Amino acid sequence: MTAATPARTAIASQYEAVIGLETHCQLSTNTKIFSDSSTVFGAQPNTHIDPICMGLPGVLPVLNEKVLEYAVKAGLALNCAIAPYSKFDRKQYFYPDLPKNYQISQFDLPIAEHGWVEIEIYDKKSGTSSRKKIGVTRLHMEEDAGKLVHGGSDQLAGSTYSLVDYNRAGVPLIEIVSEPDIRTGQEAAEYAQEIRRIVRYLGVCDGNMQEGSLRCDVNISVRKVGTDRFGTKVEIKNMNSFNAIQRAIEYEIERQITEIEAGGTIIQETRLWDEGAQLTRSMRIKEGASDYRYFPEPDLGPIEVSEARRESWKRELPELPILKRHRYQDDLGLSPYDTKVLTDDRAIAEYFEATIASGAPAKQSSNWIMGDISAYLNANNGMTIVDLKIKPIELAELVNLIESGTISNKIGKDLLPELLENGGSPKAIVAKKGLLQISDPAVISAAIDEVIVAFPNELEQYKSGKTKMLGFFVGQVLKKTGGKADPKLTNQLVAEKLNA
Amino acid sequence: MDISQNYTPFFYTELFMSLDRAEVHKVANLARLALTPEEEEQFAGQLNGILDYIEQLNELDVSNVEPTTRAIDVSNVTRVDEMKVYDNREGLMNSAPDRDENFFKVPKIIAGD
Repeated sequence: MTAATPARTAIASQYEAVIGLETHCQLSTNTKIFSDSSTVFGAQPNTHIDPICMGLPGVLPVLNEKVLEYAVKAGLALNCAIAPYSKFDRKQYFYPDLPKNYQISQFDLPIAEHGWVEIEIYDKKSGTSSRKKIGVTRLHMEEDAGKLVHGGSDQLAGSTYSLVDYNRAGVPLIEIVSEPDIRTGQEAAEYAQEIRRIVRYLGVCDGNMQEGSLRCDVNISVRKVGTDRFGTKVEIKNMNSFNAIQRAIEYEIERQITEIEAGGTIIQETRLWDEGAQLTRSMRIKEGASDYRYFPEPDLGPIEVSEARRESWKRELPELPILKRHRYQDDLGLSPYDTKVLTDDRAIAEYFEATIASGAPAKQSSNWIMGDISAYLNANNGMTIVDLKIKPIELAELVNLIESGTISNKIGKDLLPELLENGGSPKAIVAKKGLLQISDPAVISAAIDEVIVAFPNELEQYKSGKTKMLGFFVGQVLKKTGGKADPKLTNQLVAEKLNA
Repeated sequence: MDISQNYTPFFYTELFMSLDRAEVHKVANLARLALTPEEEEQFAGQLNGILDYIEQLNELDVSNVEPTTRAIDVSNVTRVDEMKVYDNREGLMNSAPDRDENFFKVPKIIAGD
């Protein structure tokens, strides 16, 4: 894409994009939505198949109770109204990835409707964040289709035959449709991430985009600012990261504006995001709405969610990311950035909360978790915070030893590797190793005297005006005391001695 | 799914009206049935006969009746989420017209309309 010139930017500012997302989340159940076969990813082709997911004559699909529970919980977490009466429908289309020639989905009575998600956009430059509500039109349950491998060519176009793997056919999905409230690529990416955060907090979906557990399709049109009418909408598919969602939208906004400005028209079509080329390509032109000839699925009974059942599932919901974000900023006084990092993953947020529940101050606990502990987890691939040897109560103890001045920050850092490897009480280790901070001015002064005698040249430099040498002397004193001297006090005493 | 499209199922709206040949052609195409023009004409006549018969139902006032989605009054039929391996996978694979080792093999896909 060409660089934005001022003229292009001026034109672009006359337009706004109207964007809606359709997000498919694979539910983390053991078995398929209507049959007993496994849902585990990556198995040998067609090893997780059975007569029901293959749609053989005479079979009877039966709804997996976990699918209903997870869908209702996701609906509640998205602030939706849960339908007291809901049903499944058949959506008919012919494609070899669909063994039955219809997909069991929900049409006019979805399990959940009329919800919203709050996104928080963090601005790196200012360190502040802004919040926006994105409406959720509906959430429904459906089965996934199989996977096609095109034979004789890498691409569908040149293939002479196709190979089909039905392991994924019948894997449970929820589809979440947003209102067209999204205006930028960044908002779309943040919305998709918030959906993933929510389903992960709930434990109903692992959110793995690479394995296709979370997939987003984007509907996007542009219109002149101030008009109410929607422009012609284009669907974009094939983004397998949040970053790709943002870039595909940004590309598409510019493409559509350029097209309109050049006097062209936008055609209703499906476009694929090409990650390598960083652009969208036309896949097929949509002429009118597809005719899926929905009708009620005769093999499945309706679903009634009583108020009692809904409320008992509601009580099982964890504290959701939005509440944690508000609480961390409003009650704990953490910055938007710290909040964003800590609340992204439920296990990290809970580790943090357990640490402050053990009496450690929030900001310092947050620093340790986001700094040294995260670095350690990143260095040990595949390790998660729940695997850590150092438990929240021990981290709290460490933070408080530093806060109370019992040990220096440096000793705290030095202790960490051992705690990360073996855990244990920082207090006990400090006592055993004699690492208590030295705060006795007499002891520190004695060390300073020795250092000054040992470095006559440096002393000379300081005396001749190179006051930066103060830091050198402080460093030498800390080194001499094995990092145990109180740095603040040392700094003060060194200055006094040098200037004496 | 396409949120802009009309949510009224095909079933309820389109059956209670007269079908012309173009409509028969469209429905046949959606069902992947290759009909000759003569057959389209013939089925248009037959289908209209059926529709006229069903049309009698419109004489009833059902404005205060909830739509029936099924005849048997059962709801919430579910099963526990317990994995079982289906024991006749080979039977399933072999009942397909063609296979290629672990895959089902299907003819070249022609772009649909």
